[in-house]
Amino acid sequence: MKIRLRYFGMIAESAGKNDEVLELNDGISAKELKARQIERFELPDPESVQIAVNQNLEEEVELKDGDEVAFLPPFAGG
Amino acid sequence: MRYDRQIKLKGIGEEGQERLRKARVLIVGVGGLGCPAAQYLAGAGIGSIGLVDHDRISFSNLHRQLLFGEEDIGRSKALVAKEKLQQINSEIEIEVFEQALNMENAERLFQEYDIILDGTDNFETKYLINDASILTGKPWVYASIYKNEGQLSVFNYQDGPSYRCLFPKTTSENISCEETGVLGITPGLLGIMQATEVLKIILDLGDVFSGKLKLINVLSGSQQVLKIKKRQEEIEKIREHGIIPVRIECTLNDETRTYLDIREIFEQPKIRSENVIQIPLSDLQDRLWEIPKQDEILVFCQSGKRSRKVVELLEREYGFENLKNVEGGIETIING
Repeated sequence: MKIRLRYFGMIAESAGKNDEVLELNDGISAKELKARQIERFELPDPESVQIAVNQNLEEEVELKDGDEVAFLPPFAGG
Repeated sequence: MRYDRQIKLKGIGEEGQERLRKARVLIVGVGGLGCPAAQYLAGAGIGSIGLVDHDRISFSNLHRQLLFGEEDIGRSKALVAKEKLQQINSEIEIEVFEQALNMENAERLFQEYDIILDGTDNFETKYLINDASILTGKPWVYASIYKNEGQLSVFNYQDGPSYRCLFPKTTSENISCEETGVLGITPGLLGIMQATEVLKIILDLGDVFSGKLKLINVLSGSQQVLKIKKRQEEIEKIREHGIIPVRIECTLNDETRTYLDIREIFEQPKIRSENVIQIPLSDLQDRLWEIPKQDEILVFCQSGKRSRKVVELLEREYGFENLKNVEGGIETIING
């Protein structure tokens, strides 16, 4: 299945891109994808990273073809 | 007439203008976000505006904090902002608080206002605003910037989610606009959007941006809206325990002593040190064997109250003779 990933803030910098499409095996959960990307990009403070599946900030869901997953870090500039 | 053009709008009218006149808005941080927000709120005729900022104006502020000019460098941001805002509108009241928002003043200040606008640039203060807003029952309008990106939401509005629902855990470092660089327009844009949310709340107009997070990238022009899930336990935690200070990191000022930290796991700041034995009070009875009985151990909690009771209890019931309470709590044994 194809999943579109979108990266924000420092995560986009670690990934070197704002978005990408990944071909993944069926049955992967959003949480597993998150862990995988955290490892892949060596993201600091993994506990602070939030993800949204199809614009809903939630990670306890199974992914399906065509889903969009956003990766979001906290930031505090002002 | 000053407000004619907005009174003409459907949904505002004389009655809406009267609501604005009666409204009280507290702006915490008069910087890149706070300046543009304050200008528009003053212009719109918000009857009472509070400005909280302990900082002074520096040369590198001028490209984005457009309330300030070259002649203001070195002066108090809150004070100069008041002067400039009264030039825009002398009919409104502006109160200045030349201090940092902290554990002691936050709830007292918030009680005096209807809505809090977050113009701050660090996690510690954002969590503080969040907790004090929950405790005083005030909505707060949040924004944050990272380089060319911004985030916006309204928290604690009509039983909606809080900042801790969005980010229960924070990162280990603050990265400010001063360090990363920022175009002036980015906080400018977000600050005006914050002022917009304040007006919507007061006037009961449109959809207040509660339960949603807006993400904006000023370079790509993209906007995303994500739905925030309410985590009731994050709100209840604050109602039960009061403000939970967020200190990103800290170290002990005396690494040669041995300590016992009896705070619960969610309490901050976390201390990373081999000299600290961590046993939350709720686990203490089951883990007494982890506390050595020989060398002197300094027992601490957040304020020194719970740890004092623990020391008394352990001496009385379990025969400990090597424990000493840290009066004044964690603040007295950490750096910074």
